[in-house]
Amino acid sequence: MNSLVLLMLLPLIGSIAVAVTPKAKEVLTKQVALATTVVVALATIAMAMNFQRDNVDLQFVEKYSWIPTFGINFSVGVDGLALVLILMSTILAPIVVLSGWNEAHGGRWSVKTFYILILVLETMMIGVFAATDVFLFYVIFEAMLIPVYFLIGGYGTGERSAAAVKFLIYSLFGGLLMLASIIALYVMSGAQGGHTFDLQALSQLEMSSTTQNFLFLGFFIAFAIKAPLWPLHTWLPDAAASATPGTSVLLLGVLDKVGTFGMIRYCLTLFPEASKTFTPLIMVFAVISIVYGAILAIGQKDLKRLIAFTSISHFGFITMGIFAMTSQGHSGATLYMFNHGFSTAALFIVGGWMIARRGSSTIADFGGLQRVTPVMAWSFFLAGMSSLALPGLSSFVSEFLVLVGTFTRYPVHAVIATFGIVLAALYILIPVQKALHGPTTPGNEGLSDLNLREKIAIAPVIAIIIALGFYPSPLLNVINPASAHVIAQMGFTDPAPTNGDK
Amino acid sequence: MEFSAPVLNYTLLSPILILLGGALIGVLVEAFMSKALRPITQLSVTLGSLVLSLVQVWKIRNEQSVTAAMGSIVVDGPAVLMQASILIISLISVFLIADAQQFTALAAALPGSDEERHALQTGNQVTEVYPLTLFAVAGMMLFPVSSDLITLFVALEVLSLPLYLMAGLSRRRRLASQEAALKYFLLGAFSSAFFLFGAAFLYGYSSSITFSGIRNAVVGGGGNDVFLLIGIAFLSVGLLFKVGAVPFHAWSPDVYQGAPTPVTAFMAAATKVAAFGAMLRIYYTVFANAQWSWTPMLTIIAIITMVFGSLVAIAQRDVKRMLAYSSIAHAGFLLTGVIALNKAGLEASLFYLFAYGITTVGSFAIVTLVRDSGGEVTDLNRWKGLGKRSPWVATAFAGFLLSFAGIPLTSGFIGKFSIFSAAYESGARSVVIAGVLSSAIAAFFYIRVIVLMFFTDPVEDGTSVEIPSSLTSITVIFSMVITIALGVFPAPVLNFISNLATFIR
Repeated sequence: MNSLVLLMLLPLIGSIAVAVTPKAKEVLTKQVALATTVVVALATIAMAMNFQRDNVDLQFVEKYSWIPTFGINFSVGVDGLALVLILMSTILAPIVVLSGWNEAHGGRWSVKTFYILILVLETMMIGVFAATDVFLFYVIFEAMLIPVYFLIGGYGTGERSAAAVKFLIYSLFGGLLMLASIIALYVMSGAQGGHTFDLQALSQLEMSSTTQNFLFLGFFIAFAIKAPLWPLHTWLPDAAASATPGTSVLLLGVLDKVGTFGMIRYCLTLFPEASKTFTPLIMVFAVISIVYGAILAIGQKDLKRLIAFTSISHFGFITMGIFAMTSQGHSGATLYMFNHGFSTAALFIVGGWMIARRGSSTIADFGGLQRVTPVMAWSFFLAGMSSLALPGLSSFVSEFLVLVGTFTRYPVHAVIATFGIVLAALYILIPVQKALHGPTTPGNEGLSDLNLREKIAIAPVIAIIIALGFYPSPLLNVINPASAHVIAQMGFTDPAPTNGDK
Repeated sequence: MEFSAPVLNYTLLSPILILLGGALIGVLVEAFMSKALRPITQLSVTLGSLVLSLVQVWKIRNEQSVTAAMGSIVVDGPAVLMQASILIISLISVFLIADAQQFTALAAALPGSDEERHALQTGNQVTEVYPLTLFAVAGMMLFPVSSDLITLFVALEVLSLPLYLMAGLSRRRRLASQEAALKYFLLGAFSSAFFLFGAAFLYGYSSSITFSGIRNAVVGGGGNDVFLLIGIAFLSVGLLFKVGAVPFHAWSPDVYQGAPTPVTAFMAAATKVAAFGAMLRIYYTVFANAQWSWTPMLTIIAIITMVFGSLVAIAQRDVKRMLAYSSIAHAGFLLTGVIALNKAGLEASLFYLFAYGITTVGSFAIVTLVRDSGGEVTDLNRWKGLGKRSPWVATAFAGFLLSFAGIPLTSGFIGKFSIFSAAYESGARSVVIAGVLSSAIAAFFYIRVIVLMFFTDPVEDGTSVEIPSSLTSITVIFSMVITIALGVFPAPVLNFISNLATFIR
């Protein structure tokens, strides 16, 4: 089964199945949702096996006419970059469902609604990475805000509705700027050989550099809000702190990747010249993100906010890797997107369990968990180590590639960014020490360790983190040709490695 | 003096004639029918006329003629599309108007008088709203197909006068309703005067009252340009008043709020189609060659209208007023289609008008459902937690709001996209940028209502949601289906519009 459209349909069918389950049987609802996501994950893996690694063209291409009046097609296809991200999304989905088995109970609405939203979101997650028609991409990009909005506002905690609105307004604003750029592209394509939204055709458009700069900004700001890049990040900590752990995994792990994915797929492909023009500025913002996110993470008292700020730092790395314009940087950034999905998932999932057991998300309320709940504590420790990119864990490979790829062209940026790694050690080790080690804080003695369901949920995440730490080549073999292709299209060649003995 | 009988093509005029005939029957029914049978008869006559008229419109969809009524009426593709939109919107509005609870029993009685109470107690409900609706619809059908200034003015009055009356028919808060009617009437009369003044100058400029005559004068040049400019300016005032563009919008929030909600739905949706229809015809055909005289003015008005409407809507605490300001903002978006002055702009405007009209009727249909013992509850604070009380009603309303906000997969998005791209194509970039920014502002207050309904706990204050009558359900479901269908799969409608949307001159 090598059809992306079928893959997109599967979760939708699952959501209909969920919708018709009887309201009283919540367990059945969850089982249907879990079964659907597992099937989707297996189908994606099967598709990935059939992916031709050395072929840089789009694969699994499908194209259906959608709105012929405007030249809009429902066209999908993947290259290595998109495939890796779809793979990440569909593997994370069942883990989210299983790990957050009881998440939906604190919500405003029924359990059923929660899983319908999750499954609809999964369809859109596949679609947003697979779309090769700019209009289709935009439609999904905007439409996927709605399920996330209801997931945060309806099932979150604390100031959930305010956080949901902040998230939506930021995203809509960015999206509308992108819409203006898309309209301009559409009109220009009409003047240069027929209205189209085909990514390939649009990348051939001729435009003045001023136009290109403006249109680039329209896209880039939308993606920088999504990613999120300093100074457009302020919605993320609120949203992550209010959302359920599962929603946070999808939000930071998958949705935010649409931002960095879009930078590569749309900004670089459509506006190569403008990308070069803005690179110095964006590199500065990326470095600021790395350091700023890390410093603020150190200061956080709330576990979820801490994870959110670490992600801002990580997205700084990804953006830096993208705009370093070297093939290592690009490969590293893509691999980073994948790995960040899993290390953040691990942090949020285990952190979510700790919070649910303790009834508080303040780091100071934990303490000595190592003794009471060893499996949970070790899982969190491992997730933390992955986040700070400990060698031997998957994040190390990607972070190293990004830094190497950046250093050859932007040594100063790379050196400053390296300080981010030092800070990362602080922001992970401090909470690890406070929460896991030391004497058991009164009130924590009775906490239960992970049950079988939770162990099954976290096991694949940890397995992936460790396995890709030692042996990342299966993924890199898929990513490298795609990255090299993008860099070559941009007209860059990798600078020769600098060495000491000139 | 020789007298030649006018030649009328009755087939082409039949959609309008059927409506006028139905309205006259309605007047007779009102006068002679027993009161028990009146409501159902009136409803059947009204719906029957609208359906028959729609059938006729469908039959003549490929006709093109400028001589249907001695050069006073033009029948072409856009005319058919506008008339069909008006009829469909009117049909689903009439389902709302069928709710007698909304209307005063005896409009002629003073508010709070014994007479009124007596009429209410004895169930002596008059149903004059039906023939009034048909008259208004007939006027709306005539407005965008008029091809001389006199017919245009007559159509304007035929559509306006019944609306003034209908605005004053509310059963609850009758004083506010009558105030709204009076305000609408006075300002409307004022704008009609402007309109006539402009028409007089255009006659002075071209010594012709027909559109083709004025167009020829514009194309040929040579006339007194000052007369032309004054003519365009004052005629525009009359038209802009009808569509509710800033600075001629002052009536709309009060009238939207005061009028009975079914009437508001009808007026907000159908009048917009008629008025924009006429505007598109006039600017696209008559004034097209003088575009440098009016595009700068319309551009400024469009920008002010959309920004003002979106900003002021944020401050509204009443759902009907909020929708009124939202309709002002949408008038601004629609003006970009007029400014575009290309075929894409015409197609986009026609699509937008239809999509927006249907969504508007649907959203006001929802407003009629939220009530307490004293009638409709329009205070937004009392809509809190609606999602908990009646999830389906709240979900439908959220859907309509998302369409207004232009979120993808709703008809509003396709409309916005097509109209903005048409404007961009014609070079009106400033309008597009203003449009995109005000869309962002507008999204804020639409989303606020969704937050209110879904993320706020309900307050126990007697607000309840009426179980919709079958007629209201039809309206809501139909509007919802169209709103989603036009967002997900708009291709058939867009093709249909594209095949027909060419003005003949």
